[in-house]
Amino acid sequence: MGREHLLGIEGMPAERIKLILDTAESFKEVLERPIRKVPTLRGVSVANLFFEPSTRTRVSFELAEKRLSAELVNVSAASSSVLKGETLKDTARNIEAMKVDIVVIRHSAPGAPHFLARCLESSVINAGDGAHEHPTQALLDLLTLRERFGELKGLRVVIVGDITYSRVARSNIWGLKRMGASVALCGPPTLMPLRVEGMGVEVYHNLDQALQGADVIYVLRLQLERQKEGLLPSLREYTNQWGITAQRLTKLKQKFIIMHPGPLNRGIEITPEVADGPYSVILDQVTNGVAVRMAILYLLSGGKVEG
Amino acid sequence: MKAEAQLLVKGGRVVDPASGLDQVADLLISEGKIERISEPGSELRAERVIPAQGKLVVPGLIDIHTHLREPGREDEETILSGSQAAVAGGFTAVACMANTQPPIDSQEGVRFVLERGREAFCRIYPIAAVTKGLRGEELTEVADLVRAGAVALSDDGNPVSSSQLMRRALEYSKAFGVSIISHCEDRDLSSGGVINESFTSTLLGLGGIPSLSEEVMVARDIQLAQFTGGRLHLAHLSTAGSLELVREAKGKGVRVTAEVTPHHLILSDEQIRASFDPNLKVNPPLREREDVDALREGLADGTIDCIVTDHAPHSSEEKDVEFDAAPFGIIGLETSLGLILTELYHKGLLDLKPIISLMSTNPARILGLPGGDLRPGGPADVTIIDLEKEWEVEPARFKSKSRNTPFGGWRLKGKAVVTIVGGRIVYQEGV
Amino acid sequence: MDRKILDGGDIKRILVRMAHEVIEVNRGAKDVVVIGIRTRGVYLAQRLAKIMEEIEGVQIPVGSLDINLYRDDFQTRAEQPVVGRTEIPFDVLEKIVILVDDVLFSGRTVRAALDEIIDFGRPKAIQLAVLVDRGHRELPIRADYIGKRLSTSRHQEVIVKVREEDGVDEVILSEGVEA
Ligand SMILES: [Zn+2]
Repeated sequence: MGREHLLGIEGMPAERIKLILDTAESFKEVLERPIRKVPTLRGVSVANLFFEPSTRTRVSFELAEKRLSAELVNVSAASSSVLKGETLKDTARNIEAMKVDIVVIRHSAPGAPHFLARCLESSVINAGDGAHEHPTQALLDLLTLRERFGELKGLRVVIVGDITYSRVARSNIWGLKRMGASVALCGPPTLMPLRVEGMGVEVYHNLDQALQGADVIYVLRLQLERQKEGLLPSLREYTNQWGITAQRLTKLKQKFIIMHPGPLNRGIEITPEVADGPYSVILDQVTNGVAVRMAILYLLSGGKVEG
Repeated sequence: MKAEAQLLVKGGRVVDPASGLDQVADLLISEGKIERISEPGSELRAERVIPAQGKLVVPGLIDIHTHLREPGREDEETILSGSQAAVAGGFTAVACMANTQPPIDSQEGVRFVLERGREAFCRIYPIAAVTKGLRGEELTEVADLVRAGAVALSDDGNPVSSSQLMRRALEYSKAFGVSIISHCEDRDLSSGGVINESFTSTLLGLGGIPSLSEEVMVARDIQLAQFTGGRLHLAHLSTAGSLELVREAKGKGVRVTAEVTPHHLILSDEQIRASFDPNLKVNPPLREREDVDALREGLADGTIDCIVTDHAPHSSEEKDVEFDAAPFGIIGLETSLGLILTELYHKGLLDLKPIISLMSTNPARILGLPGGDLRPGGPADVTIIDLEKEWEVEPARFKSKSRNTPFGGWRLKGKAVVTIVGGRIVYQEGV
Repeated sequence: MDRKILDGGDIKRILVRMAHEVIEVNRGAKDVVVIGIRTRGVYLAQRLAKIMEEIEGVQIPVGSLDINLYRDDFQTRAEQPVVGRTEIPFDVLEKIVILVDDVLFSGRTVRAALDEIIDFGRPKAIQLAVLVDRGHRELPIRADYIGKRLSTSRHQEVIVKVREEDGVDEVILSEGVEA
């Protein structure tokens, strides 16, 4: 296996992150051209395997692929009639037969992209694997932050919400820490994974305390199932304790921005006025998503690797 | 393989923990029984002589926790293929769990296993279910099962979740002198889990199975055993907390015994980090380094009574998938002895006599099985071990029908080279 | 053995001459825009535009082009080249584009640049200006304005230095390494 993959941010060197962000910046310019398309990946085939419904990420990848003139195959794989394990393996076999250069995979099982990377010749891009990682999301977030602040080093980022089930949180913690930012987590103890401090983050349960001095408030989506699973007594209480409201923000003395990976549960983890308000960079995140994914596709499609 | 009328194992180092014997000696087998152990160079004669100079001669190894998958999943293992794997790993007897398809919860089931066992390479002892259909609702007919030949009762694969039912099982089985083997897992606490809940599960985003889910049940079962006076054997303990509970119970004189597997004694959950290797997915899950250390300590101080494989074959079709979707289980019959010798004996952590106790003498006593010693007049179940033999684990060459081991490619030191069951040579290295 | 082909003075004179040629051919600088190919073509483009502005007394827009996304060889490369920014802050529609590069060799870079410019809009014309034409074309491409023609062998290297990037203006012919 000589192919390069993007499986996670964990362990990614700072220079690599910087190269991806720099490349993405160049691609942002392509997105502003009259013809928002370049012939770079002509002849490269990309398969999008989405085992979980995710319109945003899939559309963002598709757009990135089209802008680069790649051939794309959408393999819709979510089928409840088939046993979980069988689908991925069968799909892998089909892909192998199709001679696809790059596989983009979204799957509910952590490590599913690693499984594909083990059994395929193609480059594999993790578009979110369960609660494990979502590297392209973290990279687009880093790009957004770099545009806003110029420098990631020294930023204080507070990630608020359901950390246990969040691949976005994990990838962002790795990326932010690697680029020299400090990270604090805040959420209910039942949604805070065991010994997460070991990742080099501070843990808070009180939101007002956590937000002191925050440059960035990163709000995670709360899956409404959490309440049914007994991890939360009620959504109302969640919103009161950990919801980002304008009222709470007025207490802050520093300047800050608000980020969210989408889709939003307006009125639950974030109020509409905050999501659409002046601190919000949520739409920049979406634009940067396409540029970052173009950059990754471009960098991974580099030539035949010997060996 | 025809039994020789007489067999002489000559010049090996004979270690028999039951009698305290540890010396170079000749071992004479006659008519399937141990006839005599004599000073080396004695004038013993036999039709067939096995030279054992430089080798270890021990009572045949006994594994009281295996899953042989017959009936139901003969594609993964059969009693015959499992027994062939067993003798290749130095085992002369195995007890097999009841969670087959259908489960062994009736006399017919027990007889079926015994019937198949007659053609097997080693002795096969059926363990019958505690509850009908392993459903955890009604007790099986213990008296009938024991009469048919069941050596213990266990719903292994599942816990007996109902405390009331577990109490009844421990009480009722007292009348028939069999142990209840408990797979300790609180399914409420472990639900959704696929690996140990720890920093590793936090990093990987995989569902965690907390140590608690085992310990809560160990504590419950110990209380129930103490109260009922029933015989409780705790399967595959994996956490430091469980060990502490067992140590304390034994101190109070509770009738409880405990087992541990080689994988829990050697691997920890960090191994999953690099690879997401489904071959590392097992229940109970691989725990942390501190747990591994506690288990090793438990071997040394007698808190743990025996080492078992929990040999759990799975087809590669089912096992070679993404981690979440893979079934739990590791096979171990062909690697157990080599791993224990390599990782514990050769690293100076455990001596030979306790190892043989843990792998032969004690398992026989826990379930009241024949063998486990080299007493003259006893069955001639003998394992000859080359302690220095270096070998590589090659799953493709396993006798087992399955390949699900995380130890493929490991270099091990120490291996069974001859296995004798009832005076018959059932396995010989290189033959 | 390296040989200096052009010095700072030579380059300056060449650019002045080219500026006059461009103005002459196009009868003034109306509708003329200049686009340089990254990296050194950009500096040459800026200088050329400046000279023309001085001559004609009009503003001439200058853009820069990174052609990496239009290359035809990326699948055979071991690693992807770093992508720089393309900046064309004006409309090319109906303009006369003077495309500037330092060296014209196989013609593949120019092919990529032509494709890229056309994706920005339909210019009235594209004319190519190069400081050095060293021959060995692999595509049917020729330059409209040539600073210096140089006959070279394939293994030789033409090294263009500009003061903005390299601190000095010069062109050197190096023997390179025999392939
Ligand atoms: Zn079990």
